[in-house]
Amino acid sequence: MTVVIDYGAGNLRSVENALKMVGAEFRVTEKPEEVYAADKVIFPGVGEASSSMKKLIKGGLDKALKDFAVSGKPFLGICLGCQIILDRSEEAETPCLGIIPGNVRLFPSGLGLKVPHMGWNSLHLEKPDPLFHGIPEGADFYFVHSYYPQPRDSETLLATCTYGLPFSAGFRKGNVYGFQFHPEKSGPYGLTLLRNFIALKEPESC
Amino acid sequence: MLKKRIIVCLDVRDGKTTKGVQFAGNRDIGDPVLMAEQYYRHGVDELVFYDITASPEGRSTMIDVVARVAEKIFIPFSVGGGIGSLEDMRKVILAGAEKVSVNSQAVRNPAIIEEGAALFGRQCIVLGMDAARDPDMPSGYRVFINGGRVATNLDALQWALQAESLGAGEIVLNSIDADGTTAGYEERLTKMVSQAVGVPVVASGGAGTPEHIYQVLTFAEADAALVASMVHYGTWTISGIKDYLESRGVPVRKDTGGEACLA
Repeated sequence: MTVVIDYGAGNLRSVENALKMVGAEFRVTEKPEEVYAADKVIFPGVGEASSSMKKLIKGGLDKALKDFAVSGKPFLGICLGCQIILDRSEEAETPCLGIIPGNVRLFPSGLGLKVPHMGWNSLHLEKPDPLFHGIPEGADFYFVHSYYPQPRDSETLLATCTYGLPFSAGFRKGNVYGFQFHPEKSGPYGLTLLRNFIALKEPESC
Repeated sequence: MLKKRIIVCLDVRDGKTTKGVQFAGNRDIGDPVLMAEQYYRHGVDELVFYDITASPEGRSTMIDVVARVAEKIFIPFSVGGGIGSLEDMRKVILAGAEKVSVNSQAVRNPAIIEEGAALFGRQCIVLGMDAARDPDMPSGYRVFINGGRVATNLDALQWALQAESLGAGEIVLNSIDADGTTAGYEERLTKMVSQAVGVPVVASGGAGTPEHIYQVLTFAEADAALVASMVHYGTWTISGIKDYLESRGVPVRKDTGGEACLA
């Protein structure tokens, strides 16, 4: 069973609708024990980093997610979820889960950029991956964020996106994926990516 | 590269899509859920639903429409019209809308922007503004409320800046003068606001040809263009508009993944 983590960070309805559309069996949960019992975890989220971390810690989900990440079973962080799996966020100087080494940075002022980065932007696929099956180089995905993930190790990089500066829109360390865009709001290509994740056989080799 | 967005606006009254000219004379043109699906398949980047019913019955019908749309389309959409409280916002967001748009109610109670941004994130809160030319205002444009029927003392540019500082994550600028005329967007207002604020600006009102859209996305610096009449009546298609924009060098989302992936 795939579980979708509900920690009060934004609305999960879009993720639920998209998973239903791709025929996934899933359950939305806030319980650590259901995370331990899961085959796959989807960790979405929209909102502010520090209050979200507080909610995770309060519910005991921080430890459950860290433990799940080392289990080798597929783990997908989306948007805020992909930021929180890194070490630290500049948003309210928040210590995060540290599942993948790296930091979360605010888009710099002075580049003349509108922030949030909102809309459809193209992905440059850095390397092939089972989740990119059926997705061509340069496909557009929907982004809405003011902070961007910066994983430390370049070998984790899966896809880059450019908004004033190039940033890691997709990264992977072993079984743990992080995507800054919203596959659930990215039309058919987004659904394809979710379907690919659901189809992963665990544990997926690196 | 970030694409310029084409957004289709659906005015919804008692569960039906409707369209008027210069905020009056609305007539029903279809089922909003079916229309949303059709535009999704045709590659629209985003949708906006404005609930133009005032009654409580109309309100719950709208929530039902939002929930059904959210099950069928997998692109962002926002909902506006009559959003006056955090509870109103919560209902449409929980039904599956990405963003909520506040307009008249935000003029009456600007704190709703701040409170909504704190609770749902600023990317969820869109300021919708209806403005009309008025040489007596500093920017040359006055803000109107109640569907364009009631003048306020607010200057359009000042209100946009205030809304941004309160936490609005996007501004939809609707020109009352241009609405439904298909004679082109209000470019001067759009450019002035887009240059002044740091959040995305959506131009609305007046689109009649792809050339109008090209102008507002380039010279007037809008981040997105809202269309209604020109696509609702079949005069133009989303892909036709995007083909034109692409031919003029505007970055648009052309390859949407197609229906093969939807199966």
